[in-house]
Formats: sequence, structure tokens, C-alpha cells
Amino acid sequence: MTATTPIAAPGSAIGRVSGPSLWARLSQGSTVPILLVLAVIFVIWYAFTIYLNARWQFQVFDRAGAEFTAWEFIVGTMSQDRPVLPAPHQVAVELWNTIVGQNITSRRSLVYHAWITLSATLLGFLMGTLLGMGLAVLIVHNRATDRSLMPWIIASQTVPILAIAPMVVVVLASIGMTGLVPKALISTYLSFFPVVVGMVKGLRSPEFLQLDLLRTYSASRWQAFWKLRFPSSLPYLFTSMKVGVAASLVGAIVGELPTGAAGGLGARLLAGSYYGQTVQIWSALFMAAALSATLILLVGLVQRIVLARMGGQP
Amino acid sequence: MNTTLIVGAVAFWLAAWAVNEWLVRVKATGLVARAIDLVIPILFGASLLVLWEGLTRGFNVPQVLLPPPSVIWARILASTGTLWADFHQTFIKSVIPGYVLGCTAGLLVAIAIDRSPFLKRGLLPIGNFVSALPLVGIAPIMVMWFGFDWQSKAAVVVVMTFFPMLVNAVAGLNASTRMEQDLMRTYAASYWHTLMKLRLPAAWPFIFNALKINSTLALIGAIVAEFFGTPVVGMGFRISSAIGRLNVDMVWASIAVAALAGSTFYGLIALTERAVTFWHPSIRGGKTR
Repeated sequence: MTATTPIAAPGSAIGRVSGPSLWARLSQGSTVPILLVLAVIFVIWYAFTIYLNARWQFQVFDRAGAEFTAWEFIVGTMSQDRPVLPAPHQVAVELWNTIVGQNITSRRSLVYHAWITLSATLLGFLMGTLLGMGLAVLIVHNRATDRSLMPWIIASQTVPILAIAPMVVVVLASIGMTGLVPKALISTYLSFFPVVVGMVKGLRSPEFLQLDLLRTYSASRWQAFWKLRFPSSLPYLFTSMKVGVAASLVGAIVGELPTGAAGGLGARLLAGSYYGQTVQIWSALFMAAALSATLILLVGLVQRIVLARMGGQP
Repeated sequence: MNTTLIVGAVAFWLAAWAVNEWLVRVKATGLVARAIDLVIPILFGASLLVLWEGLTRGFNVPQVLLPPPSVIWARILASTGTLWADFHQTFIKSVIPGYVLGCTAGLLVAIAIDRSPFLKRGLLPIGNFVSALPLVGIAPIMVMWFGFDWQSKAAVVVVMTFFPMLVNAVAGLNASTRMEQDLMRTYAASYWHTLMKLRLPAAWPFIFNALKINSTLALIGAIVAEFFGTPVVGMGFRISSAIGRLNVDMVWASIAVAALAGSTFYGLIALTERAVTFWHPSIRGGKTR
């Protein structure tokens, strides 16, 4: 869905290289700029930490009635229990404590919560991908399905699907279905769409010439599907699976919001917001971000391996 | 269990499907073909509604589980006032300002960093990364910072819409070819001239892509943010509070309103896109596969 393009087209910087200095060579790549931008983000973050937490800190010092230096003040803003904005190192410490410092089966462990969310995400992603592939095959092979279903599939995504999430969870709980499945269903709903769209595009990507060639071989529909359509749809499939897996994680997290205490990153966010535990919210957010990035990377890795095995160029 | 209803609904669905199978085989041109294009999905949607109604009534599905469409429709008619207040709070007060702010900011930042290849290489991978993150998670933080009212929802919407717009707009600004830019240079066009007359117009398809993605994201962001705390009005509030009382027909009514708002919003943007990027092959060519 989101158009991704190379950061800089190869050769776009040619003609601007003034000399082969180390700096020039490093900044030609994207490592230095990314690191620099990240550093700037951190500086801004720290500045905001001081600014946003200042009011509370003034009150603390006022109540104590003590003199304070600027340095004490700054350190104070960064070591509050419930800061308006926690400093990056506070989040890092919290992450370390809840990931490494706890037994992973403990409810205090972030790994435990991440695993709950991850299992729902993976189940939902699997179901969504299979559903999406199935629908795509139907759509490509039956024109009535194509023309009646496709507009609705697209319309279904203009609907804020996540609004249904709490209802799905609560309603399924009322008939005794709790735990993984309701959340996975929401993930399924969110992840099947990119797969359908990508897969339909992919299954239609073979040219008429290639399809005609198969016809001259008197290949059946079945053979044409397995030998031509399916292989040529794989690059599209994997690209949309990357979008799908990210959407799937969002679905699982939002699906956890109404379940309350059942655990998972979404429940962690909700509990954090109830009790004003901002550090906990931020660490759950970072965990979700890391999870999302890992899942996308994994799908990308599988994509490269599969496409390489099929003899495609990377 | 009411067998007649079930059989009737299934029969209607099968009949509609048969009609569709026949309709796609009709060779038509011009207006008739466009009418057929419209009729097929509408017929399919209607048959789904009939199936829904027939099955839920036929099998006596408890209303808590899934109310039939007629009950939802009755609920919508009975509570237009509440639904309008929710719509006003969520859509007009939170979604629209947040959407406008987020998209404008994304576009402006894209234009700003576009001048510096260094910044582009630094910000773009981060922007790409961030736009793949579950950003709705910032909702509780925004609710803490900006309070329970619409400001926090608008803030969530701003953050959620910013990154897709940034990434797409930067890609769009690079869409004009070297040749075209050289042509502008031979005209002695300034940076602003090139931007206004060549690069922004070339970027419109990308920008509209982001606008369309964002239209859905914005509504989702506002509704999910309302799950974390809100005044006693708003679509997200209505959904979560009606769920608490197992008032499922009200939930469905809210969802129907949200769906209508979301599709209308999307449709308006798609129409604007057709008007603005009339030159683009995907619109001019008419038929896309």
C-alpha cells in the first residue's frame, strides 16, 4: 500500500562527489545520514523530556523547599517515576529490566506479553494469508467473483475495521471463545486485504504471450496455474505479506485492548494508561515496534530465499 | 429454527449469483456496460444482506451475537441524534483537523527535505520504518498529554497520517524524469517554478495515494484513541460503552456510521484525484486490469 522507493536512485549523487574523502564516501551511503537523524531525534527527545517534566520537578523542589542547581534539576526531570515523557534511557532501563531481568513466564516480563501478542499475530497472519490467496485464486479464475467481490473487498478497507475489534472479542467471549482466536480473527481481517490485492495482481502478471504458449502446449488450467501463474505471483505475494504482517500486529494489539487483564502488549498499553505508568507504555511501544520490524524482516528474508531458489534475480 | 427463511435466503443468494454469472457474460458497451459494472457489486451486496437477515432470523441467532440488518437499521433510525453527536465529535472535531494537519505537515516536510539529498537519505528509511509500526499504540500517550477531549484524538491522527504522506510525497517529488527537469532548466525556471509546474504535479498521484491510505488510518486512529479515554460522546466511546452493556445493535449502528463516513471520505478523495490527475494513464486509459 505504501509506496516504497529506493532512498536514492543509484547514481543520483554522481557529479556531486567533490573528493574521495572518508566523510564524502560515508555520507554517500545512508548509514551516516540515518545515524545523524537518529542522534538529532534523541537530542530533541531529551530536550522535550526536560521541558515536559519541568513543571512537576519544580513542584517537587518547591515542596522540599531546597535550593537546587540546574544540573540537579535536569537529572530530576529524567528520573521521575511517572514522567510526562520518559527519557530514552529510562525506557531502555525498563526494557532491560522487563526483558532480561524477569523470568519469561512471569507476568511482569515483557517477553511474556510480547509472546501472547505474537502468537495471535502469527495465527491471524497465517489465516489472513491463506484466505487472501484463496480469494485471489477465485477472483482470477471466475469473472463473476471478480466483479462482485472485488469492489466490496476494497470498500471493506475504507471501513475503520478496527472499530469492530472490541465487539468481536467481547461477543466471542460471550459464547465461550476466549484467548487467541478472537484476536487472531481481527488480525486475519486486517491482513487478508493486502494479500488479495497483491496476489490478484501477481496472478494476472503473466503476459498473454506466456499464457498462449502454455495453451499451445495444451496445458490445463491447473497446470497453467501451478507452472506459470503461481510462480509469477510470488514476488507480489511477498511484498503484500510484508504489509499484511504489520497490519496483523496492529490488529492483535487493538484486539487486546478490551480484554483487560488477559495479557499482551495491548493490555500492557491499556494498564499503563490506567495507572499513568508512562515508562511502561513506552517500553511496550518499543517492543511492538521491534516485533513489527522483526516480522517484516523475516518475511523479507523468506522472500529472498524463496525467490533465489526459484532462480529469480534479487 | 425457521427453515423457510433459511432456504429462501440461500435461494436468493444463489439466484443473485446466477444473475451475476449471466451479467458478466453480457457483451455491452457505453452506458449499459457501466450500469452492469455498478449492478453486479450492488446485487452481490444486497444478496449478502438478505443472506445475513435470513440466516440470523432463521437460525434464531441471539441478538447479542449478531443482530439482523433490519434491527440495526431500526436502531440507526431510532438514535439519529446520538449517532450524529458521535459523528460530530469523532469525525468533524478529531479526524478532519488531524488529517489536514498531518497531511500538510508531511507534505511540507517532504518538500523541505527533498532539497537535501543528505536529509533524504537519513529521514526516508526512518520514515519508511515508522510508517510500518503499530502507531495506534501512541494513543494512550496522546490521551495523557492532550487530555480526554478531541485534541488528543487529533494528535494521534496527525502522527498516524504524517509518515505515509512523507514517504509517498518524497517518492512523488522524485517521479519527474531527468529529461523533464532538464527541460525546465533550459527554460531558466527557478526552483519554485520547477516545483510548482513540474515536480508537484508529477507527485500528485503519489500524494493522492497517501491521502487515500490516510483517510482510513485517520478514522481508525481517532476511534482507537477514544478507547483510551474520552468525554461521553464519540464513535469509539459509543462502541466501547455499548459493548460493555452488550448493546450490540448500537455497536453495529455506530460501525455502520463509521463505515459510511469512511467510504464517503475515501470516495471524495478518489473523486478529487480523478479531477486533479486527469492526465494520469490509470484514469485517462479508463480500463485498468
